Amino acid sequence: MIHRSKWLAAAAFIAYQASFGLPAQAGTPPDTLVAGWAIDDMISLDPAEAFELSTSEFIHNSYEKLVKYDLKDVSKVSGAVAESWTVSDDGKTISFKIRQGRKFASGNPITADDVVYSLTRAVKMDKSPAFILNQFGLTKDNVDQMVVKTGDYSVDFKMDQPYAPSFVLYCLTSTVGSILDKKLVQSHEKDGDFGYNWLKTNYAGSGPFTIREWKANDSVVMDRNKNYSGEAPKMKRLIFRHIPEASTERIMLEKGDLDMAMKLGPDEIAAVKGEKGIKVEAGQIGYLWYLGLNQKNPTLAKPEVREAMKYLVDYSAIADTLMKGSKTVHQAFLPHGFLGAVDDTPYSLNVAKAKELLAKAGVPDGFTVTMDVRNNPDTTAMAEAIQATMAQAGVKVEIIPGDGKQTLTKYRARQHDIYIGPWGPDYQDPNTNSSAFAENPDNADGASVKSLAWRNAWDIPELTKESKAAAMERDADKRAADYVELQKKVMAESPFVVMFQDNLQIAMSDKVDGFILGPSYNAYEDVTKK
Amino acid sequence: MTAATMTGGGRIRALRLFRKTGGLIVSVAVTLLGLLLVTFLIGRVVPVDPVLAMVGDRASQSTYDAAYHQLGLDKPLVEQFLIYVKNVLSGDLGESVLTKNPITTDIRTVFPATLELATFGVLIGTLVGIPLGIWAAVRKGRLADQAVRVIGLIGYSAPIFWLGLMGLLLFYAKLGWTPGPGRIDVTYQYDLPDDGTGFLLYDAAMAGEWEAFWNVAAHLVLPACLLGYYSMAYISRMTRSFMLNELAQEYIITARVKGAPEWRIIWVHALRNAAVPLVTVVALSYAGLLEGSVLTETVFAWPGLGMYLTNSLQNADMPAVLGCTLVIGTIFVAINLLSDLLYNVLDPRVRRRGK
Repeated sequence: MIHRSKWLAAAAFIAYQASFGLPAQAGTPPDTLVAGWAIDDMISLDPAEAFELSTSEFIHNSYEKLVKYDLKDVSKVSGAVAESWTVSDDGKTISFKIRQGRKFASGNPITADDVVYSLTRAVKMDKSPAFILNQFGLTKDNVDQMVVKTGDYSVDFKMDQPYAPSFVLYCLTSTVGSILDKKLVQSHEKDGDFGYNWLKTNYAGSGPFTIREWKANDSVVMDRNKNYSGEAPKMKRLIFRHIPEASTERIMLEKGDLDMAMKLGPDEIAAVKGEKGIKVEAGQIGYLWYLGLNQKNPTLAKPEVREAMKYLVDYSAIADTLMKGSKTVHQAFLPHGFLGAVDDTPYSLNVAKAKELLAKAGVPDGFTVTMDVRNNPDTTAMAEAIQATMAQAGVKVEIIPGDGKQTLTKYRARQHDIYIGPWGPDYQDPNTNSSAFAENPDNADGASVKSLAWRNAWDIPELTKESKAAAMERDADKRAADYVELQKKVMAESPFVVMFQDNLQIAMSDKVDGFILGPSYNAYEDVTKK
Repeated sequence: MTAATMTGGGRIRALRLFRKTGGLIVSVAVTLLGLLLVTFLIGRVVPVDPVLAMVGDRASQSTYDAAYHQLGLDKPLVEQFLIYVKNVLSGDLGESVLTKNPITTDIRTVFPATLELATFGVLIGTLVGIPLGIWAAVRKGRLADQAVRVIGLIGYSAPIFWLGLMGLLLFYAKLGWTPGPGRIDVTYQYDLPDDGTGFLLYDAAMAGEWEAFWNVAAHLVLPACLLGYYSMAYISRMTRSFMLNELAQEYIITARVKGAPEWRIIWVHALRNAAVPLVTVVALSYAGLLEGSVLTETVFAWPGLGMYLTNSLQNADMPAVLGCTLVIGTIFVAINLLSDLLYNVLDPRVRRRGK
C-alpha cells in the first residue's frame, strides 16, 4: 500500500511539473570540475594493476610515489613520499629517507612499512605493470630481501646490477610505484589477495585527491583529500564523465554541462577553437606513431628498401593537413621531452630518392606488401595517405583493416608485412623506448622478450648491448649522449619509420585555470574556476 | 519468429503439441544451447588473442602463461564448451576480462538503464504508432496516409545515431528543452541511495528525492522519444497493413451493411482482429530495444547493456560478449513466449480450440 501511494504521488508530481515545463539547466557547480572523458579502458584502480591511459590519470592525481618529476620539465626529479636518497658506492642500493609527519587520506601516518608493503606487494601480485620493477632484478621470491625497512622512516631499494639511478627513479615515479596505506589495504585482505578485490574499485592513497567512486562506463568521481600534506586543491570535487561520442562531448562543452572535453578529435577541436567561452590547451604527450617493417619479408629486409620507405611518407602533409595539428612530425624513438630525445627530422617525402634506393635494392619497379591497420579514423587516414605516396614509387600497399586487438595479435605473432600503430612509453625513462626499439636479445620465434625489434624480426645483437649499457650509465649527461647515438643509429638503419608524436589538445571553458598538461598525465590540483 | 509466420490451424496444433509434450521447454532449451554453441565458436575463431585482452600488451611471458591457464585455454575445445555450459546452468556466466567482475553482476548493473529506456521507448512507439497506422489505413492513398508514410520512412531509414545528435543539438543545445546526455545530472548523483535497484526513477521515488526523480525523468525524454520514434515507424507501418487487410474482409462489409458506426467498425471490429499479429510486432520491437540500442546509448552516454556490449567487443572481452548474447537471446525467447501466450488471451479461436 505504501508503495502504491508513493507511486501515485510520483505520478501527481510529474503531472504538476509537466504543466510548468522543465526545470532550468543546472550547469556545473562552482567548486566542481566536470570533465568528459572515455573511461571504457578502465580495468582497475589498484596501482599494482592499473596501466591504462585513464587509470594512470586518476592514480597519478590521487596517489603519491617515493619521487616525482616536474610535469613542465621532466628532467627535474624531486622527492614526494621520500625526502632524500643516496646511492651506495657499488651502485646496487638506493637508500630512501621518508618524510615524517605526513598522512594518508585515511589519517594513518606514512611510514617505511607502507613503502615496503606497496613495492613488494606490486612485485608479488605480478600484474602487468610489475615488469617495471622486475627490470631491477626484483622477483616474487627475492623482493622481501630487496626492498627492506632499515628504520621507521628509511628504506633500502636493492638491485641485481648497478642500474643508472635516473633510470630507477623515473621508474619509481610510475603508478606501480604508488605508496599505499598498508593498514587500510590489509584490513580488506581476503585469502591472501593483498586486498586486490577491494582496492580495484577503492582507494588507499595520500595524493591531492581521493577516488570516491568509479561507476563502470559512467563516471569517476574524485574528492579533495582533506589530509593531503601539500597545498590543498582548489576544487572540492572532480567528476570525469564517460562520453564515448566526441560530437556529444562537444555539444555538452558548448552548453556548459562540461568544463573540459578531454576526448575531442581534431575536427571537433578545430570547430570549437575560437568559440566564445572556450579555449584549447595543447601539450606534447609521449605517444609515437610508426611503421614496423617485418624483416621476415625478404624485400623489406633489404637495407635500401628500409631506407626508401622512410622517404615515401609525406610527414608534414599528414601532420598539418590530415591530422590538423593533433600530431607533430617526430622521427626518433624517444619522444620530445625525454632525457636525450633527438628532435631532428631528416626524412621527408622524396620519391626520386626512394626510387633510386629501390633500384639499388633490385626492385626498380616496386613491390606489393600488406599493411595491418586498426579500424579507427586516424590510423586509417594515415595509412591511406602513406599508401598513396608509396604508390608513387611503385610500392603497392594493400591495407588490411582489423580491430585493435586483432592487428596486435597478428603483430605479436610476426605475421604482418607492415604494421602501423602508436607506441606509448611505459614510464618516463628513455630505457622504456630504447628497450622496445633498440633491443632484441633473442630473435627466435619463441623468445621470451617480445620487443618491437623482435616483432619486426630485426636481429641486432650489437645494438642490444649498447642499449643495455646505456641503462647502466650512472653519469646522467653521458647517458643522454648514449641515447642520442642510439636514436641516430635506429633512425638510419632500423625497420621502423617513426613518423609522429601526439599532441594532446583539450578544449575547456575559459573559466578553467591552472590545469597542467603533462607528458603522461595531467594535474588538477591547481585548477580553479572563475 | 514462429509466432509471426505461423497461422490459424498450424499454430493451434503446434500449441497443443507443445502443451502435451512439454516440448516448449525443450525447444527453448535447444534454442539457447544452439545460441550458446554458435557464440562460443565465434569467440574461438575470431583472430583475437583473449589472453592479450586480459594481461595487456606489455605483460611478461610468465604472466601471460598464467592467464592462459587460468582461462582454461589449454584444455580441448569440447571440454571448454562443456565447462562453460555447466557453469551457465549453475548461474555462472564467468568473469569479465575487462572489469574482473562476475558477468551476472555487470549485467545486473547495466541492464536497468537499458530496461528503463526501452520500456519508455516502446510505450511511446506503441501509443503513437498504432493510432497513426490506423489513421493511415483509413485514409489510404490520401494525404494523411502519405504523411504517415514519410514520417515512418524517416524514422526507419535515418541513422538513429544522426537523429540522436540532431535531437541533442536542437532540443538540448539550441532550445534547452531537455537536459544533456547521461541518466542524471551530477548535482543529483549523490541524492540517490547507493544500494538502489538501478532503476533510477524507482530509486528516486522510493527515496523521496523528487527533484532527482524529475531530473531522471527529464533525461529520459529525448532518448526515449528517439527510440519511440524508431519503433513507432515500424509499428505504424505494420498496423496500417494489418488494418488494411482487416478492413477488406467480408465481416467489415457486413458490419457496414448493418449500419454500424464507422468508429466502431475501425476501433472495435477491425482493430480487435488486427491486434493479434500486432502483439508480436510490439513484442519484437520491445525485444529489439532491450537488446541495447547500441548507437543511442553511445550518443547519449547511457551506461546500459548496449554500451557494455560494444565496449566488451572492442576489448575482446569474450566472456562478457557471450554472457550478453545469452541474456539477449533469453529475452528474445521469453518475449516471444509471452506474445504467444497473449495470443491465447486476444484470439478467442485459439482460446477455445486450445482447450
